[in-house]
Amino acid sequence: MTFNKKTTVALSLVAAMTAAGTALAAPPALPKDGSWGPGAGNATFDAMMQSGFQTRGIANVERLKQDPTQELCSNPVTAYSEKNAKLREQLQAANEATIKYPADGKLMGDWKNGEKIAQSGKGLTWSDKAGEANGGNCYNCHQITKKELSYGTIGPSLYNYGKLRGNSEEIVKYTWGKIYNAKATNLCSLMPRAGAMGVLTEAQIRDLVALLLDPESPVNQ
Amino acid sequence: MRSQHLKATLLITAAAFAVGAQAQQDSTTAGIEAYREALQDGNPADLYVDSGAEIWKKKAGPKDASLEKCDLGLGPGKVKGAYAQLPRYFKDTNKVQDLESRLLTCMEKLQGVDTAPIIKAGFNSPQKADLVALSAYVSSESKGMKVKVSLAHPKEKQMYDLGRRLFYYEAGQYDFACATCHGQEGKRIRLQDLPYIPSAEGAAKGWTTWPAYRVSSGQMWSMQWRINDCFRQQRFPEPIYASDVTIAISSFMAGNSNGAVMQTPGIKR
Repeated sequence: MTFNKKTTVALSLVAAMTAAGTALAAPPALPKDGSWGPGAGNATFDAMMQSGFQTRGIANVERLKQDPTQELCSNPVTAYSEKNAKLREQLQAANEATIKYPADGKLMGDWKNGEKIAQSGKGLTWSDKAGEANGGNCYNCHQITKKELSYGTIGPSLYNYGKLRGNSEEIVKYTWGKIYNAKATNLCSLMPRAGAMGVLTEAQIRDLVALLLDPESPVNQ
Repeated sequence: MRSQHLKATLLITAAAFAVGAQAQQDSTTAGIEAYREALQDGNPADLYVDSGAEIWKKKAGPKDASLEKCDLGLGPGKVKGAYAQLPRYFKDTNKVQDLESRLLTCMEKLQGVDTAPIIKAGFNSPQKADLVALSAYVSSESKGMKVKVSLAHPKEKQMYDLGRRLFYYEAGQYDFACATCHGQEGKRIRLQDLPYIPSAEGAAKGWTTWPAYRVSSGQMWSMQWRINDCFRQQRFPEPIYASDVTIAISSFMAGNSNGAVMQTPGIKR
C-alpha cells in the first residue's frame, strides 16, 4: 500500500480523534491581565460573599476579611507578577516582623507532645468549641515519622528533618520561624501561619520544633 | 518461553516493590482502592433515589401539589438528563440556579411552601431530608449522561467567573482557599486523594460523583452538603444553603467538567 497525501491526512485525523477520545475540553482560561472576567469584579464578588456566608459557632463572618498577604496570594495570575515584586518584598518583611521568640529563649520542647500535636487536625472549624486546644494539622500535608503511613503530600516530607540539618542554634531558630509564620520565607506558601495567626501556642510550637529537631525524635531515626 | 521470561521479570519487579516501608505504603493505598471498588456494588444511595422519586410525586404544601410540574431546565416535569445540565440560567427567576436552589423555587411556586425554615435547617434535620432524597433521585436520572453546562448566557458566565474567583479566595486564620488543597495535581490529605479542580478531569472527579452515599458516616449527602463541609474544613463561616456562593462554586466545577460522564448518585468511603 502506498500512501498518498489524502490517506496520510485521513490517518492522522483518525489518530487525533482516538487520542482525543477520552480527553475533555480544557476549561476556560483565566484572563491574562489578572482580572476575573466582566461579571466578577470587586463589587459583585464582595456582595456575593457578604450575602452568602453566615456566622456559625466560632466561625465568624469577620474571617472573610483578607489581610494584604491573603489578598495578593488569592490571585494566581498577579501573585507572582513583576508588577507586584515590591509589594511581595514589603509583605514578606511584614510577615517576618510578626515572628516572636519565647522570652525565656527556650525553643525546643518535648517531641512526644509534638507528635500528638502533629497528629491532631482539630481546631477553629464551626464544629470546634472556643477555648479548646487546636491541633497542628501537620500530618494532613507532611510525612513526618516513618511509622505514620497516613500522611498528606501537599507539603514536603519532613522525615529526617533534623538528621539532615542538625540542630544548631540557627536551624532551631529557622524552624521556629517556619512554624510561626511560613509566609516570612515564602510569601504565598500554602502552610498556615500557626504562630502569627494564633492557631498554636508558644508551648505547642516548642514541642513541634522538638519533634523535628530532637535527635531522640522518631523523625530523626 | 517468552511468557515465562515475562512472568519472571514481573515477579522480580514485584519483589523489588515489596521492600521496606514503601511496600507498606503501597499496600495501604491498594487496600483502600480495593475497598472503594467493593463499595460500587449495591450503593445504599439507591434507597434515597426511591424515596426521592416518591417525594417528587407526593402532594404537599398549602397548595397540595406535587413537584411533578417542576421545570429543572428542560421543561416542566422533565427530569431525565436535567441534572447533567445544571447549574443553568432560569428565565422565570432571572437567576442561575443549581438543583437544590431550583427545587426550593418549585416548592415555593408549585406547593406554596415557605422555604426559609428549610434554608435555615441543618443538613441532618428532617426539613433538609426531602431535598437530599430529591437530589439523589434527580441526579440518578442523569447517570451515564455527559455533563453539558452552558456558559453562554452572561449570567452563567458570570456565575462561573465568580466561582473561580471564590475558589482562589484565601481567608481565615489558616489562610485557606479551595485552591490550597485542590489547586495542584496529584496531592492528597492524609490518604485522601485531592482532585485538581481547575482541570476538566479533576473537576469531573468531584462534580460527577456527588450527591453520594458516605459509608463512613452512613449518610446520603447532596452537593450542597458536600460544599458546606468543605467550607467548614476551610475554617470559613458557613455558606448559606442555596446562596450564590454555593451556586458559583458549583458552576465553576460543573463548567470545568463539561463532557464528563455523570456517575450520580456516587458512593464514598
